[in-house]
Amino acid sequence: MQIYVPLLLLIGFVALNAVGITLVSHLITRGRPNPIKEQPYESGIPPLGDARERFSVKFYMVAMLFIVFDIETVFMLPWGVYFQRLSCTTQLLASGACPRGATSFFGFGEMLVFIAILFVGFIYVWKKGALQWD
Amino acid sequence: MNFMTHLDLSFPAQLSLALLPDLLLMGGAMILLLWAAWRPESARHQRSVGAACLGLIVLTTIAIGWFMYRHVTATPGPIAVDRFRWIADLVLLLGTAGTIALSMDYNEREGIFAPESHVLILLATSGMMLLAAARDLMIVFLGIETMSVATYVLAGMNRRSPRSAEAAMKYFLLGAFSTAFLLYGMALVYGATGATNLSVIGDRVMRFGLTTSPLLLTGIALMLVGFGFKVAAAPFHMWAPDVYEGAPTPITGYMAAAVKAAAFAAFLRIWYEAFTPVYASWHNAVWWLAAVTMAVGNIIALRQRDLKRLLAYSSIAHAGYLLVALTVNSPAGSEAFLFYAFVYTIATMGSFAVVVALGDPGERSLNVDDYAGLWTVRPWLAVAMAVFMLALLGFPVFGGAGFFAKWYVIRAALQAPSPHWKLAVILVLTSVISAGYYLYVVMVMFMRPRVASAAIPARSRGLTGFVIAASAVLLIVLGFFPERLVRLTEGSAPYGALTVPATSSAVPLPSLPPARR
Repeated sequence: MQIYVPLLLLIGFVALNAVGITLVSHLITRGRPNPIKEQPYESGIPPLGDARERFSVKFYMVAMLFIVFDIETVFMLPWGVYFQRLSCTTQLLASGACPRGATSFFGFGEMLVFIAILFVGFIYVWKKGALQWD
Repeated sequence: MNFMTHLDLSFPAQLSLALLPDLLLMGGAMILLLWAAWRPESARHQRSVGAACLGLIVLTTIAIGWFMYRHVTATPGPIAVDRFRWIADLVLLLGTAGTIALSMDYNEREGIFAPESHVLILLATSGMMLLAAARDLMIVFLGIETMSVATYVLAGMNRRSPRSAEAAMKYFLLGAFSTAFLLYGMALVYGATGATNLSVIGDRVMRFGLTTSPLLLTGIALMLVGFGFKVAAAPFHMWAPDVYEGAPTPITGYMAAAVKAAAFAAFLRIWYEAFTPVYASWHNAVWWLAAVTMAVGNIIALRQRDLKRLLAYSSIAHAGYLLVALTVNSPAGSEAFLFYAFVYTIATMGSFAVVVALGDPGERSLNVDDYAGLWTVRPWLAVAMAVFMLALLGFPVFGGAGFFAKWYVIRAALQAPSPHWKLAVILVLTSVISAGYYLYVVMVMFMRPRVASAAIPARSRGLTGFVIAASAVLLIVLGFFPERLVRLTEGSAPYGALTVPATSSAVPLPSLPPARR
């Protein structure tokens, strides 16, 4: 149970924050509503209309590329956590450090290969003009 | 020197060496991808990238030849270094080379100038080679994904054709669906045994008496469904005809030959290495899968008049024949599988090459009736197509090695520790049914008069003609000297494969208690 305490704290903080922000904005603002202001905010797109709208393929392109490079960052996190262990040919010492003379480039090299492969993809989409908006 | 012939896979450097052919293909494909993107799309650039891809395939084949020549072995690990892998790789590379050669001509005719399509084929093939090598469920999954994602795109390569887009969409949805089954099955198998390495799974199943573990059996069943989709075995074959029809013809050949062979190679290795101890539990399911696939594929093919759909159902039927080799679960079964895959790949590539040669821009005239009287206008093309049809049928002499392919599968079925004579009978009977459509194509080409209004098909282009001629000659020659291929596939059972207990119902169980892991 002990380990869930930070999680509960986080949930409590988020809930308080949400309630607090709404409350404060209610208290300190003067309401002068007009139809435009009453609309829900939808990133600049008219919020009502047919859901089957056609978007330019450019949006999909950007979304796809975003996911690809997003995944790259996600992979780097666990790699960073395990970096010590990956670049040590023997067991780590109790202090978490690698014994002298047992370090290797394995962990670093793996990530270099990974990034190199992604870089090939990056050059490819660049050359193909997928990053060009017009 | 010991180091070069026996690899210790626990060292990263030696593991990389064991993956040399795969890495060569992947690395080369990435360089070619950059080159493909560097220059604007044009018919000429498309051809030169294709030629470079063919060169890379030759290099990879040489690397594999080196491994086979030196008889390189390795410690058990996530990657297999055995004959099964090399022969499967050769089959896959053969299919790939044929596909790229056909694509170069086909893309030019259809106005597909994207040079990436050839590189994508190489990337798919690198996934397939991983599948052939994988001795770990995670690597199997990696291979399946690398192969499938590239193939989804390839199916939709013809962007102007709505049917191609439909094929890609269907293939993607069904493929993702089947991958989910496969992955869930793998997760359950891992949950039951605590291992992803195939031989460790097999070992633990034996040692801890997990043969009746519901978790393991559910996992195996789900994996069976997943692989059933991937190899298009009935009743999981529904996607195949539509996808095969809509995809560009060379890619259809690729899916029918190489993709199927690769999925089967992983299928076979997993079932041989990991699940042999539970043979009694899955053998009935695979038995029925094989029987139903052979029957459904062949019977529905009888009604097909579109040649691509006909070949699609034919490829479903052949998945059934290959499943017989899997059901047998003996070293002879795996040798028969490789022999069959080799011959089937050649015959399939050849017949799709003829479809490419006779199709006109826009992929019209793919009906069998458009082939009427082909003998009178393009006799050699008709002869070659007849050879391919007879090879797929398994006809002796004129069908070349096709006869021996079926012969070895039947022999493996009959000589297994527990003979599968019923399955052998079904195989023969359904092959007789398949004569109904294979021979119909031959009959139409040779005996029907040419429709007066039909245009004379253009001479097939250089590479297409070469693929057709080489496939036909290879089939006939192997038909006279099958022992060459037999010697190649001999002793190629995935290592670690256990022999099946003679009576499939009584698996000798060690009397160890289920251990805490």
